[in-house]
Amino acid sequence: MVETEAGTVAQIIERYGGDAGMLIPMMQDMQAEYGYLPQAELKELSGRLRVPLAQIYSVATFYASFRLMPKGDHTIQLCLGTVCFLKGVDKISEAIRREFELVPGGTSPDRKFTYSPVNCVGACALAPVMVVDGEYHGGLTVDSAVELLHSIAAGDAAADSEVKTEAKIARPKKTGRGSKRK
Amino acid sequence: MSTVETRLQSLADLEDFRRQLLAARDPAVRRVRVCIGTGCTAKGSLRVLERFRQAAVELGQESVAVEAKCTGCHGFCERGPIVVVDPGNVFYHSVNEEDVPEIWRESVIGGRTVERLLYRDEETDKPATTADQIPFYRAQQRIVLAYNGVIDPTRIEEYVAAGGYAALAKALGSMEPAAVVEEVTASGLRGRGGGGFLTGRKWRSARNAPGQPKYVIANGDEGDPGAFMDRSLMEGAPHSVIEGMTIGAYAVGSSQGYIYVRNEYPLAVKHLTIAIEQARQLGLLGESILGGGFSFDVRINRGAGAFVCGESTALMASLEGHVGEPRAKYIHTVESGLNGKPSLLNNVETWANVPQIILKGAAWFASLGTEKSKGTKVFSLVGKVKNTGLVEVPMGMTLRQIIYDIGGGIRDGKAFKAVQTGGPSGGCIPAEYLDEPVDFDRLTELGSMMGSGGMIVMDEDTCMVNVANYFLRFLKEESCGKCTPCREGIAQMVEILGRITKGEGRPGDIESLETLGELLEDTALCALGKTAAYPVLSTVRRFRDEYMAHIREKRCPAKECKGLFRYEIDAEACTGCVLCAKRCPVDAISGERKKPHTINQEICTNCGTCFEVCPFSAVTKV
Repeated sequence: MVETEAGTVAQIIERYGGDAGMLIPMMQDMQAEYGYLPQAELKELSGRLRVPLAQIYSVATFYASFRLMPKGDHTIQLCLGTVCFLKGVDKISEAIRREFELVPGGTSPDRKFTYSPVNCVGACALAPVMVVDGEYHGGLTVDSAVELLHSIAAGDAAADSEVKTEAKIARPKKTGRGSKRK
Repeated sequence: MSTVETRLQSLADLEDFRRQLLAARDPAVRRVRVCIGTGCTAKGSLRVLERFRQAAVELGQESVAVEAKCTGCHGFCERGPIVVVDPGNVFYHSVNEEDVPEIWRESVIGGRTVERLLYRDEETDKPATTADQIPFYRAQQRIVLAYNGVIDPTRIEEYVAAGGYAALAKALGSMEPAAVVEEVTASGLRGRGGGGFLTGRKWRSARNAPGQPKYVIANGDEGDPGAFMDRSLMEGAPHSVIEGMTIGAYAVGSSQGYIYVRNEYPLAVKHLTIAIEQARQLGLLGESILGGGFSFDVRINRGAGAFVCGESTALMASLEGHVGEPRAKYIHTVESGLNGKPSLLNNVETWANVPQIILKGAAWFASLGTEKSKGTKVFSLVGKVKNTGLVEVPMGMTLRQIIYDIGGGIRDGKAFKAVQTGGPSGGCIPAEYLDEPVDFDRLTELGSMMGSGGMIVMDEDTCMVNVANYFLRFLKEESCGKCTPCREGIAQMVEILGRITKGEGRPGDIESLETLGELLEDTALCALGKTAAYPVLSTVRRFRDEYMAHIREKRCPAKECKGLFRYEIDAEACTGCVLCAKRCPVDAISGERKKPHTINQEICTNCGTCFEVCPFSAVTKV
């Protein structure tokens, strides 16, 4: 559980000059700070901004990017966009949910991964694509996606073993360079 | 990052500054341009850039000045990381870190081309040295994307040197606000975000609307899955969006702007933030811009993950700190929008067109495109085409030209089936309309729409019922739930489509879908709901046979819907490697080593594992 720090809410409010219209950016900052929106902090925000807690709760539950529960060590954003869909992301989604016991928006029982499927990350040329902790991994298959996540999870256990994830990105089948490329 | 220290006090200052920048440019300097757009970054371009920068320091030669710089997205993301070497504009693709020393030695210093990294035409195998020799780029006409891949988006000097902010200077210096509105109106520019409303008319209404303050807003909440032109623009040419907005603010009398960017676009937020900061330092944003008394500033708001916020009234609700629910638009947002004040909202790409129109004139812009759709449009050409990426072409180009000449046709020798345009609310256009010109009105007549410019190509393996189901599931998730037709109607349609794709379709299902679709179109509150049924209605109209095959014969002609086709092993192709038998989760596959295997259909769950693991493509769908 993340410890909250006194004064954080006041600081965030100050950042936006106390403008209640900037509620969403404030909540984004809070989430950036803690990884989720702690209940006590939301109550404090409500009190200081004089915005009803109900409105804050409605905002927190309406937008897909807000979380009311702590997140895992790593955040998986699996792109469910049209191109990823055409290229079989459904199977990848099914496989990683099964493998790591994930539900959309939820965290794995071992607290390693938080799973947030997103509508489209706008990297369609790389489809199917998954963003883990801000890093993009494209050209995935069911096996490579699962393997990638295992290697990231294992990377925590052995921090010194460097995980070369980029190597997983598939090159285009035919590079258009004939056979000269070794 | 910026070296700018002085604030420009007048129009003449800006011109002086531009002249200084150009004069300081040494034509003998060799440049390496590395794309750092999201696509190339994902493939490791930042490390490639770092290696070039190291090389410039370590291997630099007294006689040769070299600069390694980053640029925004070229649009050909599939072949990233893209590296361009000047002089010569030599275009290298799929560049690895390991390729850097060779490019450095041969191309940058030696002036020779590294043949193996050049793009090769798939049929003729001829290498292309520069981008404009590559079919993907050759047929394009880049006006909005002109800066992408050329300038460093994190340095305002490069934008200014390339002619940036000259349009703003022209507007402030020699045009009355009303004349700016007239120019945009005369250009015939229509909104690039989806609606296709005449931009000039919107500006005029905003200008005439009573009340202060007025707001200008850039809609960068590019929610359509499969579309990324706005991301690329915000990342690669953030200043053209800001300049466009500033001109718009001057025209309608606004002093505060907002850019609403999708939460999923961190690099766009970063580049816009840098751009705004640098524009402020130079006096191109803020109090008394270029010393002329007109003041305007811009703030970035990040979305929080809600597709409906691409809808203008929902976006404004979100900017006010509320849930993103749209409202009825009997009062236009140009009169009462954000905080109940007159608000001028345009899409990012629309804004990026504005400086060009002011600079080159309405007549020039109106000379491009078709009768009622002027200018160019950026499309996100993706899916089962060979060349995927961003494509900017004049309005009126045919679908065939875009998909075949630029996109290179369909991958893996498959047959074209349909192209889906307009995002989740668009429709699917089948092969017989490939020669139709692409513009706002023609796409609408074909039962689809321009939308924001997504163009998703589907081949014979794509099941159209499943595609419709995908879009409807998407829209069901993204419906804000405020109005009943959208909330309940889409849910019902998803229920029916789900049954059909599972082989549980019933007679009358198609008719129910049509009735629900028409109901949505007539009664939903906002554009999301009104157009939600289009993917279903257009596929029912064009591919009714596929629906019928699912419902009557319990068969999926594209062999995509699980359970509506089966897997079999081709005895001639099977080598008996036993891989499939090992991997089968339910032990449905049997056979001796080195002898053809068979699948026991009684046990098989159609999971497709054997199909994927077979190294000899011996597992087939029937």
